[in-house]
Amino acid sequence: MTVLTYEDVLSRCKELVAKERRVAPETITEEMSFEALGVDSLDLINLSFEVEEVFEVEIPDNALKSIRTVKDMARGVLVLLAAKQLPQTENV
Amino acid sequence: MSVPRRVVVTGAGCITAIGCDVTEFARALFAGDSGIVPVELQPDQRLSFSNVAVVKDFVPDGLLDESQLLLTERSSQFGLAAAQQALQGSGLLSACAPDRTAILTGCSAGGQHAEERELAKLYTQQGRVHPFTVPRTMANNGASLISIRFAITGPALTFSTACASSAHALGQALNMIRSGIVDGAVAGGHEAALTYGFLKSWEALRVVSPTGCKPFSANRDGITLGEGASMLVLEERERALARGATVLAEFCGVGMSSDAAHMTQPSATGQAKAMRAALQDAKCDPADIGYINAHGTGTAANDAAEAQAIHEVFGKSAGEISTGSTKGLHGHTVGAAGAIEALATILALRHQRVPVSYGAEPVDPSLCLNVPTRTRDGNIGAALSNSFAFGGLNVSLLFRAPL
Repeated sequence: MTVLTYEDVLSRCKELVAKERRVAPETITEEMSFEALGVDSLDLINLSFEVEEVFEVEIPDNALKSIRTVKDMARGVLVLLAAKQLPQTENV
Repeated sequence: MSVPRRVVVTGAGCITAIGCDVTEFARALFAGDSGIVPVELQPDQRLSFSNVAVVKDFVPDGLLDESQLLLTERSSQFGLAAAQQALQGSGLLSACAPDRTAILTGCSAGGQHAEERELAKLYTQQGRVHPFTVPRTMANNGASLISIRFAITGPALTFSTACASSAHALGQALNMIRSGIVDGAVAGGHEAALTYGFLKSWEALRVVSPTGCKPFSANRDGITLGEGASMLVLEERERALARGATVLAEFCGVGMSSDAAHMTQPSATGQAKAMRAALQDAKCDPADIGYINAHGTGTAANDAAEAQAIHEVFGKSAGEISTGSTKGLHGHTVGAAGAIEALATILALRHQRVPVSYGAEPVDPSLCLNVPTRTRDGNIGAALSNSFAFGGLNVSLLFRAPL
């Protein structure tokens, strides 16, 4: 049992974004904006649904509005995981 | 060349969260009595929002006998009750041959209550599915029910275009009477889909207001789901006048368009196209429009796009036309929305009053619209009723006060 680091979360988020956009994960960087990636508001809702499943968190509606980049998403997930105060396994 | 046939509204009925007949609906519409109430959940159920617009105290007794009731569902029963009111008020059935009368309904979700209840039995309790689940859940149950109950034998059709369903139904009824396919029609829509599964689906889409919809407000944060029905009786004008029918309004035009763009994001271009088409169809000078009953869902995106579309169509005078949404009163009734809001528009013309756009205060100044934050007297010659559906399907209906 280990607590997920920012890098762990970011890596998984990149994979999810890559899957959503049907591109290779290594093409996704943390600075990329969803707008630049062609992720519109509806795509972001779908992507967030995946993120919630994978990390077992709930992203509030008002938090979703402030997620503009891959980094925003990874940081947001980390905050939500910390709020849960539960140890996370490596294979989430 | 023959004179084009004109169409008038000679009857109306409704089942809504703010009234289960037109008199009560009109009272609440102008008084600003909202039907949005706390949602009732089972102990193990959970939602991110707390309000819906529910029809209270609806009992279908007297509409149908027991064996017929078993084949129907809350949604179609709403439609039948509204149709009965409209037909009784209009006297259409004694004046129009059954095979020259059409039935056009809008319904998006079909028999959602029956479907969810039966599938829950199947998947969670290894139960059996009721043998009437197919007829109960079909979206045309209401149209068929009205046909059976009132022995109407002309064409009967059901439109399922999400939030524009019943506006499409009304528009098609207009064109069927104009073209001479029929002389009269019962047209509108019904929806009763406030099941837990339906509410969870909307929750997941993140478009529902946590506290209640506030169309055109600076504080707007989403829709509030509702249920209900409205049915109108439409007739060819000369026949209606000849028989001395009471004319509630003239139904002058319909404009339709498709965004061809996005499944959920609205397009001002497509919406403007529908409004322009309605004005053109009705040969109406934009300056005659005194009220726009907007689609006005209360989402940030819809209200901004609709405001932009109104500015595109009406130019400098856009900010002068009374433009409001009545969804803060009766909720967003999806497939019934177009017909319920057409009724609100007709009542505005009939009473020469602009209904309050409930919840709009403080109005979003960036929209530059003249939003009525309370009911006010108006000089309304003609009015538009907008319905813009997910999937980018737009309808604008144009009514005039009867001359």
